[in-house]
Formats: sequence, structure tokens, C-alpha cells
Amino acid sequence: MIRRWLALLIFVVSASLAYADGLDDTLARFQQDKFPETAKAIAELAVSGAPNAAVLLDALGDNRLFIDAGAHQLVYKTASGDVFNAKTNEKLPGVDDSNLKKVRVNNSLRSAIDAAIGSLSLANPDVGKRIGAAEAVFKSRDAKALPAVEAALARETDPRAKAALEFARGAILVTNSSSPLADRLAAISTLKARADQDSASLLGEVIDKADNPELKAAAQSALVSVKSNLALWNLVQNLWYGVSASSVLLLAAIGLAITFGVMGVINMAHGEMVMLGAYATFVVQSLLPPSWSQWSLAISLPVAFAVSACVGMLIERFVIRFLYGRPLETLLATWGVSLILQQAVRTLFGANNRQVTAPAFMSGSFPLGGLEIGSGRLWIIALAILVFVALQLVLRMTSFGLRMRAVTQNRRMASAMGISTDLIDMFAFALGSGIAGIAGVALSQIDNVSPNLGQGYIIDSFMVVVLGGVGNLWGTLLGAVVLGLANKLLEPIIGAVLAKILLLVCIILFIQKRPRGLFALKGRAVEA
Amino acid sequence: MENQITRLDWLGRAFVGLCVVVAVAVPVLALLPDKNSAFFVPPYVVALLGKYICFAILAVALDLVWGYCGILSLGHGAFFALGGYAMGMYLMRQIGARGVYANPILPDFMVFLNWKELPVAWWGFNHFAYAGVMILFVPGVLAFAFGWFAFRSRVTGVYLSIITQALTYALKLAFFRNDFGFGGNNGLTDFKDIFGANVQSDATRAALFSASILALAGAYVLSKAIVSSKYGKTLIAIRDSESRVRFLGYRVENFKLFVFVVSAMMAGIAGALYVPQVGIINPSEFDPGNSIEAVIWVAVGGRGTLVGAALGALIVNYSKTFLTGGGLMWIGALLDPVLNYLPGSIGRIIRLFVDTLTGPEGWTAALGLLFILVTLFLPKGILGLFLDTARHNAPAKAAAPAPAPAEEAHS
Repeated sequence: MIRRWLALLIFVVSASLAYADGLDDTLARFQQDKFPETAKAIAELAVSGAPNAAVLLDALGDNRLFIDAGAHQLVYKTASGDVFNAKTNEKLPGVDDSNLKKVRVNNSLRSAIDAAIGSLSLANPDVGKRIGAAEAVFKSRDAKALPAVEAALARETDPRAKAALEFARGAILVTNSSSPLADRLAAISTLKARADQDSASLLGEVIDKADNPELKAAAQSALVSVKSNLALWNLVQNLWYGVSASSVLLLAAIGLAITFGVMGVINMAHGEMVMLGAYATFVVQSLLPPSWSQWSLAISLPVAFAVSACVGMLIERFVIRFLYGRPLETLLATWGVSLILQQAVRTLFGANNRQVTAPAFMSGSFPLGGLEIGSGRLWIIALAILVFVALQLVLRMTSFGLRMRAVTQNRRMASAMGISTDLIDMFAFALGSGIAGIAGVALSQIDNVSPNLGQGYIIDSFMVVVLGGVGNLWGTLLGAVVLGLANKLLEPIIGAVLAKILLLVCIILFIQKRPRGLFALKGRAVEA
Repeated sequence: MENQITRLDWLGRAFVGLCVVVAVAVPVLALLPDKNSAFFVPPYVVALLGKYICFAILAVALDLVWGYCGILSLGHGAFFALGGYAMGMYLMRQIGARGVYANPILPDFMVFLNWKELPVAWWGFNHFAYAGVMILFVPGVLAFAFGWFAFRSRVTGVYLSIITQALTYALKLAFFRNDFGFGGNNGLTDFKDIFGANVQSDATRAALFSASILALAGAYVLSKAIVSSKYGKTLIAIRDSESRVRFLGYRVENFKLFVFVVSAMMAGIAGALYVPQVGIINPSEFDPGNSIEAVIWVAVGGRGTLVGAALGALIVNYSKTFLTGGGLMWIGALLDPVLNYLPGSIGRIIRLFVDTLTGPEGWTAALGLLFILVTLFLPKGILGLFLDTARHNAPAKAAAPAPAPAEEAHS
């Protein structure tokens, strides 16, 4: 181990010794203060690998590089005005400002400085910065950057950075008509491997400008392959959007499915339960001290559940209970409840959207292959799965779940067996509403928190329940996935609005075949 | 028709009579008296009343399917709006070359969208005869197609309600699209003429009002005729126990389909009369909220009474105008002497709360409360409650045996 460290040390030291002499020459060129010499010096500095090259170039560009006429040395000032020796990087105290003479630059030198700094970041110790620099070269495909790219490529060890450099080199070679044909053909296959929107447009450009038939044919076949690859990734991306939409639909609809299944009534105020959950998130976030902001959503989940469940329980106790056996009237009464809740929230919080910020781990996105995956969406999918599993466990494993299923299947028989259907109704409604509250926490991350938040989801949620049936939660899951995927896959083809209309028509036709949804309860009752 | 009117019960006769009287009286009072006279009905009142009457027709149509057949349609606003669009298209074609772009054939929005030819859907709408047929035909065909699928597969109850809501939602989305060809977001507006008369003039407004209220009377007589017939008895039986009627050998779906289509056409007529009086039709008329609001009119007035439905539409809409106009804002000021004695800012908060409730925004909450209270405490609506009381008192006074069944038998 020690030997390896030693070897590394020796390598570093010898490398710095190797360029020490070169650096002296370069700095001497700067001291001549003639434009052609300065240009040469910039180019040398860019490839020298000197540790302070970037600092010097930066200083030169900002007119902070000076010739100390007294000591015959090159110095630079930092932005705060301290003077440093350009060669040794040592701080020079008490330098007389009148002795300092600026190294002059003009516009063409400035662009040379910019290019040099760009190629220097190709040698940045941070892998991310190197990749960024390589991408910048790929986009600009400036032929002057080719030596720097090739130098960087030779010493690059990180595979991702290496790939990015290869692409940058390919982009330069393929667009430069003076580069050899073999190189350009090789570059085309490099671009083909990259297979994204940028390489497609680059290949298109090559095809337009190509003077050589072989090159043109190669570029054309590469473009076809890139395009089919892109189409595939596009499909996968849409599938991902679909899964994401499905998770939101599942969260919003699953509570509705429970109340509808158990009580046979449709809760038109369900969307407002979602809205209350989102506002609960907002309140929790504004009450928490900033240092807790990472945990705001985790704290919001139980709070939103509790708030919505309590409101749901109140609605059940004071309204729905008295409308038992009159599902259509229940629908109207809960619509009234939804209007009151909306107005109440509008009065309390104002009609404007409220801002709910995402904790750091939920914001941003990361690439996966050709996919762009939003972290927030990923967490929502995880939450939806978690809620689904938890609900299944409650329904299958607990005595409450057993009773609830009994009431769903045959209310009167369950009542005859001694189950208090009244209490089950109350708790089922609270549970369904509470889950809507959890959905509200999720929606606060991807939608505007406004009094109208719930209305946007209510019809879609109903469609999920109609499609899935009330027999069991798997139906809801299937309904949500089918609707979410179908919506997002149709959207790019026929547009968002037409996709929605088409789906609604399909559902209307679907219930011709299965009036009670995919997973209907089996029983001998003529009417539900 | 004459025959039907003589067969109406006292309530029906009173209603039709009132309609005819108002149909004559309001235009007369709007046009003849001096503007400062106490009997003068200002034009804005005529327009407002006309709007209410159109809503009343919609309510009667809805009561026909909900009150008598148990079909709770949450999409009747769609039929209303479709009728309105058919009328709006006729009115758009009447503008002719007087539009902003002065194109004699194409309405302004089509010129704006750079369309060169009139879409097929718009052909013929320059003739009122064609537009009039479409006002009935379009809602009727939609209701037929929808009902055909829904009733045959025995979609009932809340499922049906939700699907009707989805229907109007889908139409709303479609009509919002510019390329759908009906004016998109802005809808159809800037009307000039109807039958060659200025749509804005007082005389035209008065005539439209009369037409509306006569249409209301007509809708009522037709609905009453339907529900009093043998066919109507079957409808009521379906409402009360659908499967039993089916087991007796009736084709339930056909009964439902007929009444649904008739009701949709009535709603279409209501929409057609509504559009020239308010001067605009846009996709927000398809909003599911509007359709549910129409249901609450029927519930407030009394479902299954027809007259009650019309009454409910008038009461709720008048309340809406009254409350959104700040009709109760004085309550806050009235409370001030008491509130000023309360410690701290409690008084101010209560005042703010009262002001919000009585102010224009409070209407939403009031409407919500109305939904809850009516369904909980007034399941038969205002008229239902009134009739019940009347029936309850009748035997005590006249000692007539079982008046309720007797009344049904001869009505």
C-alpha cells in the first residue's frame, strides 16, 4: 500500500517537475506583452497541465495579470486585491502597485482564453465537471478543442467521462470536412452508439452537407438506427409517465373505492379530502422550523391522514348516516359538502395557490438510460405501492378488515351475524377519507395547492372505480394502471384532451360489457 | 293539447294559467308603461326572468327523468348546452358580413383561425328551420345513443349518474378545443339578429321571454301528459322497482330510453331559448357543476311534481342573484353594535366571517348547505311538503276516503 502511495507521489512530483520548465517559458511569453506571444502562451498554458493554469487564465481574462517591472516576474491579483506570484503561487506582501504593468488582451485573445478555460475543465479533477465540459464541446463542436479533447481522452480513466469525450471527439471529427474519411466514418459509429436527440440532429446535418457518398450512406443508416432507438426510449419514457400517472390515480381512487364498496355511496367530496390533505401539508410545512424541512412530508402524512379522516368521520356521522339506502341523495349531499369545504378553505387560506416545497431528496431528476426520472414521482409511486400493500394487509389481516369485507359483500347478512354495520360504515368512511388525505400530500408535490385541487381528480378517480369495480382493491389497481398508461400512451399521439375524451368514451362502451367493472362482486342479488 | 290541459289537476291548471298570464303581462309591462311608472319592468329584469324560465324548463326536463323514472342524470347540462350551441350557430350565421372581419360566410373565429371553408357541421345553420330541427335532433340523438348503450346493459343508480357526468365532462373538453370548430374557449357570442330583429332590443327580449315561458308551459303539459298516461305509470313502477317491472315482462330499457330522449330534447329547447337572452354560449355551460346545480333545483322544488321543479329553479336562481349581489351584506353591519363589545379581535373575525358568508363568495357555501339540508330534511322538496300537508289536512275537513289514490286515478 505504502509503495503504491509512494509511486503515486513520485509520479506527481516528476510530472510537476516535467512541466516546471515549460511553465517558465510560457510565463516569459506573457512578460513580453505582445499579442502573438500572449496567444501562444495561452495555448501552451491550456495543455501544460499546470495546477494554477485556470487561475492564471481567469486573471488574464479579467485584466488581473500583471508584469512586476521591478522584480521581473509575473504576478496576479485576486478579486480582493491580494497579489500572488504567478509561478510559485506564493502571496507577495507589499508589492508596489506603480511597478505593476497589465498584460494586455484583445477580443480574439479573450475568445482564446475562453476556449482554453473550456479545455482546462476537461482536466478538472471533478468527474462531473469533466463530463459537463465534454458535453459543452459536443454541443459547440469547435475544431480548435480537438487537441485538448484528445489529450483529455488519453489520460481519462472514468468510463462515463471517457464516453462523453469520445462523443465530443466524434462530433468534432464528423462535422469537420477536412478530417480524414476513416475518422469521420468511425465518428459516425460513435454517434450511432450515443443515440439521442443531439446525435440525431448532428447526423442529419452531416447528411445534408456530406460530399462523399460513402459517408452519406453511413450517416443515413446510423440516423435510422438512432431514430428507432429514440422512438424506443420515447415509448419507455411514456410508459414511465403512465406508471407515474397511475400511481397518482391509484392514491386518489383507492379511498373512493373503499367507501363505494362498503357503503354503496359515491362521496362527491372525496376530491376535497384530497385537497384537505394537501393543505394539511402546507400548514405542517409552514409551522415546522426550517431545520426540520427534510421531514415535513413524513410528518404531513399522518397529519393529513388524521385531518381528512376526522372530517370524513364528521361527514359520515352528520350527513351520510341519515341518507342510508338513498345513494343518489347521498351523492347530492356530499356534493354540497364539497362546495362548503372548498369555500371554507378559500376563506381560510385565500383563493391563490399555496406553495409547498419539496425536500431536497424529492426534487430534481436523474437519467436512467435514455429516461429522465423525477425523484418526486418515484417517491409518489413508492407511496402508492406502500398504501396499497398496507390497505390489503388491513383488509386481509385485521378483524376490522374482515368485517369491512363482510359488509361489502352482504350488508344484511353481516348485520345478522352481529357486525355493527353502523360503526363499520363510519370507520370505512374515515379510512377512505384518510387515504384521500395521504393522496393530497403526494399531490401537493406535483400540482397546485388550491381550493380546486380536488375537482381535477374526482372524475378520473370515479372512472378508475367504474373500470375496476368494487369487488376488491386489485380492481382499483388494475383500473388505475390501465387508465394511467392508456392516457399517457395516447397523449403524444392524439393530444391530451382527445386522449381523455377517447378514454371516457371507451369506459362508457366498456361498462356495456361489464356494468360492474372488471372485478365485480359475485352474488345472487339482482341489484346492487 | 286542449284535451291535455282540461285533464290537468288544479295545480297544473294554475301553473299553466299563471304561465300564460305572465307571458302576456311581462312584455306588456316591459314595453308600454312609462319608464318611471311603478308597473314598468326594466329590460334587465326581463332578461333575468327569461334566464330563470329557461332554467325552469331544464328543471322540468330533469324532473321527468329523475322524479318519475329514477334516472339521476348529472349530464343534463350537456343537452341544454348542445341546444344552446345549435341556436348559437344560427345566430352566428345571422351576423353575416357585420363581423369584425366582415366575412359574409365564415364567423369571426374561423377567419381568425385562418379557415377557408365553412365546416360541414355548420352547413344549413343560416336557415332557422334547419337550426330548429338540430336543436331537437342533436341532444335527442346523443341521448338516444347514450341511453341505448347505458340502459340495455342495465347501468343504473350511481353508476349511471357518474357516467352521465363523464359525458358532459368529455363534451366540455371537446368544445374547449379550437379545432373542434365551435369557437373553442370563447364560444359563440356577439350575436346581432334573430329572425331579422335586433337581439338586444327590448321588444325582442320581451318576445323571447314570452316564448320561453310558453315553452315552459308546453314542456310542463307534455311531461304531465307523459307521466299521467299508462306509459307514465310504468315509468313510475320502474323508478320504484326496476327488476320487478322487468320480471312482469316490460322492456324496461325502451321505456327509459324514450323518456330520456324526450327529456334531452326539452333541455335542448331550454338551451336554445337561453342563448339569445344571455347573448353567449361557451364550453363552461358543459361544466359538471352546472348539471348538478340543475339537480338541486329539482330537489328543492320537489322531485316528481314537475311544477315543483320549475318552482325550485326560480327560487334557487333568484336566491343566487340575490346573494351574489350582496343582498344580505347588511347583516354584518347589523351585528356591529354587539361585536364591538367583544374583547380583542374576536369581533372583527366574526364580522369577517359573516361578511364572507353573506358576500358574493358565500353563495358557494350557501348552495352547498342547501344541498345538504334539502336532502336531509326536505326529501320531497318545498312543493312535496306543501302537498303532503294539504293531503294530510284534506280528510279531516271533508272526510273524503283516501283522496291521494283517487287523485292519481283521475289525473
